[in-house]
Amino acid sequence: MPKHVLNPNKWIDLYVDYLFNYTISRVNNRDIAQDLVQETFLAGLKSMKNFKGEATERTWLISILKRKIIDYYRKINSNKGKAEIRITSNNDTENEGDWLENRVADPFDKTAEDTIQNKELGDAIYKCLSKLPKKHADIFRMKTIEGIETEDICNELKITPSNLWVIIHRARTAMALCLKEDWF
Amino acid sequence: MKIKLKIMMPCNEAAHICDKSQYNESSVWEKIKLYTHILYCIACRKYVKANNRLSLLIKKSQVTCLDKKNKDALKINFQKALKDVGIK
Repeated sequence: MPKHVLNPNKWIDLYVDYLFNYTISRVNNRDIAQDLVQETFLAGLKSMKNFKGEATERTWLISILKRKIIDYYRKINSNKGKAEIRITSNNDTENEGDWLENRVADPFDKTAEDTIQNKELGDAIYKCLSKLPKKHADIFRMKTIEGIETEDICNELKITPSNLWVIIHRARTAMALCLKEDWF
Repeated sequence: MKIKLKIMMPCNEAAHICDKSQYNESSVWEKIKLYTHILYCIACRKYVKANNRLSLLIKKSQVTCLDKKNKDALKINFQKALKDVGIK
């Protein structure tokens, strides 16, 4: 199996959107997500010597990010003074808190599966996006995810609208093909 | 006969209109032409279906990314850190 090598110069360009999307679906706050991603890159830089080359760069960075997200939740929970939420599902030893409401299914809980599916879908979209050529991925991201106007993208990247649409077409075809196996 | 000629179009034009309509940038007339085209063109019908599905998936996943300003700020910070470590 070939050994993977780290190339921190390209980390921001290659992985920032993937890591940011991964984080935001778990912490739900753009500023905190941005801080966590930045901390992940810096922590990765510090612990480069611990990288064994067995996993890809992205997998390695995600594993650091996961620790950062866990640390973040630990930190905010300790600050809250450990607010307790007791769920007495079937414990009959005490009558205290033995309310009927506790045993009724939470109607909002049915969206939990959707949320997990959306997280996975978001990860899958970024994985497919990373397989596209950089220019195609950038233009597709700007147009589809950021929702930037055609004219603005053309001005920024100095391309013609017809050129942009050709790239969008190729990117969409490749994305549809990539997502086809699991999501179509 | 004239209307018939105007309403017919090649597949590459149909694909272009289909792409534009994913971003709400196609006109009503273009949409009419597209839906007439896919009545008889199986390949384009498949493409339209896949393209619509892709748009739906992206919308459903609520994917997001950092805006350019924040990304640049993050880049500058990281490049400073790179210099401190001694990586060019």
